[in-house]
Amino acid sequence: MSNLLTISPSPHFKDKPTTKSLMFGVLTALIPTFLVSLYSFGIGALVTTLVSVGSCVLFEWLITKYMLKQQPHIADGSAILTGVLLAFNLPSNISPFIVMFGALIAIGIAKMCFGGLGCNLFNPALVARVFLLISFPVQMTSWPKPIESRLNYLDAVTGATPMAAIKAGDLSICENANFLDMFVGTIGGSLGEVSAIALILGGIYMIARKIITWHIPVSIIATVALFTTLGWLSSEGYVFGRKIEVIANLFESGIHPLYHILGGGLLLGAIFMATDYVTSPMSATGKIIFGVGIGLLTIIIRLWGNYPEGMSFAILLMNAVVPLINKKFQPARFGAPKTK
Amino acid sequence: MKLSTFKIGGVHPSGSKLSADQPIKVMPIPDTVYIPAAQHIGKPADIIVQKGDKVKVGQLIAKSSGFVSANIHSSVSGTVTAVGPVPDPSGIAKMGVTIKVEGDEWMEDIDRSETLDTNVDRFSDKEIIDRVTAAGIVGMGGATFPAHVKFTVPLEKKAEALLINGVECEPYLTADHRVMLEKSEQLMVGVKLIMKAVKTEKAFIGIEANKPDAIEKLTELSHKYAGIKVVPLALKYPQGSEKHLIKAIMNKEVPSGKLPIDVGAVVSNAGTAVAVYEAVMKNKPLIERVVTVTGNSVKNPSNFLARIGTPVRLLIEAAGGLPEDTGKVISGGPMMGKAATNTDFPVAKGTSGVLIMPEELAHRREPEPCIRCGKCVDACPMGLEPYLLSVYSRKKMWDECEEHYIYDCIECGCCVYSCPAARPLLDYMRLGKSTVMGIIRSRKK
Repeated sequence: MSNLLTISPSPHFKDKPTTKSLMFGVLTALIPTFLVSLYSFGIGALVTTLVSVGSCVLFEWLITKYMLKQQPHIADGSAILTGVLLAFNLPSNISPFIVMFGALIAIGIAKMCFGGLGCNLFNPALVARVFLLISFPVQMTSWPKPIESRLNYLDAVTGATPMAAIKAGDLSICENANFLDMFVGTIGGSLGEVSAIALILGGIYMIARKIITWHIPVSIIATVALFTTLGWLSSEGYVFGRKIEVIANLFESGIHPLYHILGGGLLLGAIFMATDYVTSPMSATGKIIFGVGIGLLTIIIRLWGNYPEGMSFAILLMNAVVPLINKKFQPARFGAPKTK
Repeated sequence: MKLSTFKIGGVHPSGSKLSADQPIKVMPIPDTVYIPAAQHIGKPADIIVQKGDKVKVGQLIAKSSGFVSANIHSSVSGTVTAVGPVPDPSGIAKMGVTIKVEGDEWMEDIDRSETLDTNVDRFSDKEIIDRVTAAGIVGMGGATFPAHVKFTVPLEKKAEALLINGVECEPYLTADHRVMLEKSEQLMVGVKLIMKAVKTEKAFIGIEANKPDAIEKLTELSHKYAGIKVVPLALKYPQGSEKHLIKAIMNKEVPSGKLPIDVGAVVSNAGTAVAVYEAVMKNKPLIERVVTVTGNSVKNPSNFLARIGTPVRLLIEAAGGLPEDTGKVISGGPMMGKAATNTDFPVAKGTSGVLIMPEELAHRREPEPCIRCGKCVDACPMGLEPYLLSVYSRKKMWDECEEHYIYDCIECGCCVYSCPAARPLLDYMRLGKSTVMGIIRSRKK
């Protein structure tokens, strides 16, 4: 035999997806959302996304190359994805310096400090978002009005998001209910959270391509839907025709459940943020527990907390519980003894 | 109709059954055969011939050396030229017998006629097992567990059903498929014989849905044979694993650490059933088998009926020669087969196929960091956590490996197959599994 043969232990066959193809798969799934945000917020959406992606990639490259003295792995797409997700969690009229600062927090603190790709406990984009929300409360909660301020960037005309309006006690937005706007994405809000249809399309694409499983998004949305429906039905305190004071007090603002699902960052969080591989549980049961936890925390924060939005906090809190979930909810084992 | 399958995990590699339509071709007898003494799980057989001995086809040349061992017979007639090392896929020569071929003279008591003999009632269960033992039959799907051990059901246990494995879930391999199509009647009689040996009235032949012709043919035949039922199964790897075939057909889970018979099942490969027919009805020992020679660059992917001991190189030549771009030669299928260092190794009882992979697919990708995507957890058919076990094993945390049931691993390779970061999960798990098994054994002493 002239040519040498390669040997290695089995298996000798490999499925196609790679880390890179999965990351770019998620990015592909985000394209419809990005297009809607361009339509709604114009220049601001473009600039914010570019600045965010650019600085995430740059910081990752600088940190790996000069601080860790390792070969940077920019091509795997994970820094690009963090950049896009960070931008999608920001208002479009935010200063590029704040965005760059957020990117430094996301990559520098939330990702690289924990050991880089695969080791971070918390979702980097969300850590940055929450950090910015606390540090720059004004800039982070002034939302440009969709469509009309497309050609403006920092000087965009701002307005309230559906969730913020409700929190402020302005229920008129509910009375002029326009679910179609919320569905298509011509409402105020973060870059990537406004269009339900685009986000759902992306989610279906990712499930069809087996990039994510249905467990996390479905359990989050189902939990929120269930509890907001209960709240809505019993908003006057009537349960089966009987008024119960406690319940009447509990759900003061009986808001249509669709508002909760479409009006804020719920879909973006459920489909793209909570399903982040690194920071979500491994087993199917674990994923459902994780999803239900996020759903409950979101509702609790939205209804009884100080913030109009609860999604980011809920996901980060549940991220912290993931190691415990992984320990407790192991996958169903083949041939496990029946009696315990 | 919804096809049944096992529930937990599993993957769907592309079938690539290139040689599915190729009828079995009889390989010419080579000039020299190399017959290894260890072609089965258990103790190697004791060689009973010496250099210079004349042997006939079917003559016993190595005797079973214990309960879990198997007889080995000469596959050719000729002169023993050496008793010593013979080529092995691993590159490390193993003990065996080299025979120079002279003519094709068979032992007189072997019935070489093609006539189908369906008279199962001639034999008692004990006679069947005796003949299977004498013929040196082992599991021909690749696991090579001595068949007579499997068919000897312990007194306190009862076989509810016999499962015949016609799944052939490994991509590329088509040997069982062709055997089921071309030796259907013999297969049915073989199944009847095993049913009698293990004392059960029921047999199920599990075949994956990518072999509709085999399903159709055997289903039609099964009406003639009482108690035998063909069960079409949904495509999923590793359905050919005993435990998963039992789950798919009988919906029973073999408990961890137990054997199929503990849930009343005996599992045997389709090719093995045909060998049982030949051994019992025709008194023919296991001296030849069907081998698939295949690969994307192979000119004529084929199924050959080859004498045991035929160098694989000759089979590859018969399939159009070793392709220019060859990077890897695998004995077996791509999921569980062993990569060979050479093509001189001989066809053994468990050689179900020879897969030739081009250079560009021969190498593993550089491992990347684990992104905790959980695909290995979803893919594991045993419900284990490969990402965790491989880390425990790498860090020599054997107690943790045991607590997370590393001994349940069947080494099917689903975790590595599905890992997007190309991590060497199974390499570490094998290390952990063998270490933990060793620890458990030493504890019992």
